[in-house]
Amino acid sequence: MNDIVSAKELAPNIKQFEILAPPVATKVRPGHFVVLQTEEEGERIPLTVVDSNPEKGTVTLVFLEIGASTKKLGKLKQGNRILHFVGPLGNPSEIEKFGQVVCVGGGIGAAAIYPIVKALKAAGNRVISIIGARNKDLLIYEEELRKVSDELYVTTDDGSKGRHGFVSDVLKELLEKGIPIDRVIAVGPAVMMKVISNLTKPFRVKTIVSLNPIMVDATGMCGCCRVYVSGETKFACVDGPEFDGHQVDFDNLLARLRTYVEEEKLSHQMLEKGEG
Amino acid sequence: MAKPDKLIPKQAMPKLSMEERRKTLKEVALGFSEDLALVEASRCLQCAKPKCVEGCPVNIDIPAFIKLIQERKFEEAIEKIKERNALPAMCGRVCPQENLCQKSCVLGIKGEPVAIGALERFAADYELKKEPITPTGSKCNPTGVKVAVVGSGPFGLTAAADLAKQGFDVTIFEALHEPGGVLIYGIPEFRLPKRVVKAEVEYVKSLGVKIQTDVIIGKTYTLDELFQMGYKAVFIGTGAGAPIFLGIPGENLSGIYSANEFLTRVNLMKAYLFPKYATPVKVGRKVAVIGGGNVAFDSARTALRLGAEKVALVYRRTEAEMPARREEVENAKEEGVEFMCLVNPVRFIGDEAGWVKEMECLRMELGEPDESGRRRPIPIKGSEFRIPVDTVIVAIGTRVNPLIQKTAPLLKTDKHGHLVVDDYGRTSMKFVYAGGDITSGTATVIEAMKAGKRTVQAFCEDLQKSE
Ligand SMILES: Cc1cc2nc3c(=O)[nH]c(=O)nc-3n(C[C@H](O)[C@H](O)[C@H](O)COP(=O)(O)OP(=O)(O)OC[C@H]3O[C@@H](n4cnc5c(N)ncnc54)[C@H](O)[C@@H]3O)c2cc1C
Ligand SMILES: Cc1cc2nc3c(=O)[nH]c(=O)nc-3n(C[C@H](O)[C@H](O)[C@H](O)COP(=O)(O)OP(=O)(O)OC[C@H]3O[C@@H](n4cnc5c(N)ncnc54)[C@H](O)[C@@H]3O)c2cc1C
Ligand code: SF4
Ligand code: SF4
Ligand code: FES
Repeated sequence: MNDIVSAKELAPNIKQFEILAPPVATKVRPGHFVVLQTEEEGERIPLTVVDSNPEKGTVTLVFLEIGASTKKLGKLKQGNRILHFVGPLGNPSEIEKFGQVVCVGGGIGAAAIYPIVKALKAAGNRVISIIGARNKDLLIYEEELRKVSDELYVTTDDGSKGRHGFVSDVLKELLEKGIPIDRVIAVGPAVMMKVISNLTKPFRVKTIVSLNPIMVDATGMCGCCRVYVSGETKFACVDGPEFDGHQVDFDNLLARLRTYVEEEKLSHQMLEKGEG
Repeated sequence: MAKPDKLIPKQAMPKLSMEERRKTLKEVALGFSEDLALVEASRCLQCAKPKCVEGCPVNIDIPAFIKLIQERKFEEAIEKIKERNALPAMCGRVCPQENLCQKSCVLGIKGEPVAIGALERFAADYELKKEPITPTGSKCNPTGVKVAVVGSGPFGLTAAADLAKQGFDVTIFEALHEPGGVLIYGIPEFRLPKRVVKAEVEYVKSLGVKIQTDVIIGKTYTLDELFQMGYKAVFIGTGAGAPIFLGIPGENLSGIYSANEFLTRVNLMKAYLFPKYATPVKVGRKVAVIGGGNVAFDSARTALRLGAEKVALVYRRTEAEMPARREEVENAKEEGVEFMCLVNPVRFIGDEAGWVKEMECLRMELGEPDESGRRRPIPIKGSEFRIPVDTVIVAIGTRVNPLIQKTAPLLKTDKHGHLVVDDYGRTSMKFVYAGGDITSGTATVIEAMKAGKRTVQAFCEDLQKSE
């Protein structure tokens, strides 16, 4: 259990692990996440399940090595075992036949949106996917998404591949063109989800976002992950992580995500110095 | 053997020095030495009809174990206790003894009751000190019946221990990565050292109980799936772990924690050892803790130890109504926790970065008694005032987490979400039993343990009937 069956680098600082976790693999649905911990002294890290193979009993995770904990995770190799692994957590995505759906994945969100696109397609929707990254080297899941989407748009911030600009620029054009869009689903950095939600609001297109607040237990016990949705306090780990983007207080989410910047810096310095 | 002598005063519990209490998380109550324990034990009258036993929810044979202490048969004393209580080192520390066994002790009528809790702890610690208990692996089980226990708090551990003693093949499923429930993530080190919890968990394992951590029933497996996996019965002790917030403006500002989050970061994730341990916690200079129960006191005393300059406990009634244990209220006072009674927060005010910087409060006065029998706090109009804060810990209670019920529609719950059970812990589903905070709301360790014992009895009867 919890063995890393395969480990792959998708892009600089972006890794993909396939992990043996049969109970999770048989249960998991698009939108679910897991929590893992690599060592007794470590943090509990929430990560979205990107794919699963119930026969093999494995689940696939894709993560960005952004701070000390994810960098330590990234140091693990095929054959290593993850100390703690629990899931599936959160509510699965709402998958129905909506009509035409636009799925937006920013950065690492391109991988996280993949199971949702696949399921929406299988449910009979026409799916337009838009993915973006800072530059072409950081683009992930492009081929995978092309296979399961009816249309795929690619953007890079520096123009090194696809459209020069942001994922929101493409969505804006689609909205302005007036093509029928029954739903937008956006997964990525909080700022991106905020921009997308603000963009679709005047067009009255239902927009679902998958929130990524800081979590501890991820079982509804601590309230660390609380967010305002329609002015009410919700726990993202048990009430979400997906919410109606037009009802989310993104500024509060962004502020709460900055709670531990100093501590995160310190942990990172320790790791670089080899003390972590 | 020492002669019973009620002229000897009750022996005081030795405590850690004040200096260390302000700076470390070391246990405050140090426990009786052998000499103190012998003197204290000698005070017991060995009543023929001991009232104290009735006062103990799990009916430990108190005079019998105290007599064994008098005779310096410490190992036999702990065996005697363990006949009824699998977690004595913990109960001796956190049981509200003053309201239970000690309240019923006859010596209490005219003077001080026997320090039963401290003696129980002495016997348990004696055993823990002597040799670390090592799990002996799974014992053979005569019946071969597999049973599942959900949650490893005091309910789950006690039910599992009693089931194992009966010979069942027991597996505990625990959502978190460490067993122990509130005992491990909630109650702080300085009141209940984690090594004590770990040792008692090891004892339960040594009876043959298997513990699978990182399994959430309702998520990883449903109740139905447990039965499909061959478990004959399921015992649910998932506690009442979901924090309640105040529902006032600004409560999601950075710097505002639920007590559960604050204590979990410190106890379970060991944030007090950051950065060696990766999970951080922020304790500012001015801390306000909202509430007046054990949880509020644990949070306030933890904040002090983590370096806060000023910790104010904000409570809407008066000290007399505080539900926390008296002993802990006194400890907190000694350590310098300030009390702001008859005060209730109405909103939080943040800075530009979204950090809490002030708390607006109203003064209260006491009116007529409410359903709980305590006088109801009523806000005084126009009494608003603000206090500067940079960390706030909300400890106003918890409610049931509905993870299991969501996937088991046949499980009946009341309007608060508590599982509905009969006097023996039988739920509305056959061979599903429940007890502890999930049925009662936040109560006590010993009540959860009592429920654990009762449900095992009920199951044994039900099993015999069905055969
Ligand atoms: C439901 C959910 C699903 C997620 N899925 C993915 C995924 O599929 N791939 C991926 O790369 N990342 C995902 N994340 C984010 C990932 O959990 C964080 O990047 C990671 O915990 C950061 O830890 P760190 O120590 O490496 O970085 P740090 O230096 O500690 O933090 C980097 C940033 O991550 C955020 N963060 C820090 N600690 C936590 C925490 N305990 N929980 C959540 N966020 C935190 C903070 O905003 C911080 O600024 C997800 C988060 C959530 C809540
Ligand atoms: C800070 C604090 C201080 C306290 N101080 C005292 C005190 O001094 N004296 C006293 O007597 N009492 C005290 N209490 C109360 C006491 O701790 C509780 O009444 C007692 O722990 C309840 O036991 P339980 O077994 O019902 O639940 P818990 O101890 O809450 O344990 C429940 C366990 O179930 C697990 N779980 C939950 N859901 C699932 C699921 N779906 N699947 C698997 N596992 C799950 C949880 O992770 C947890 O480990 C205190 C409580 C707190 C929070
Ligand atoms: S378990 Fe609690 S109530 Fe019973 S004897 Fe021990 S301290 Fe007293
Ligand atoms: S009631 Fe008090 S004196 Fe009597 S047996 Fe119990 S502890 Fe001893
Ligand atoms: S992470 Fe603790 S309640 Fe959501």
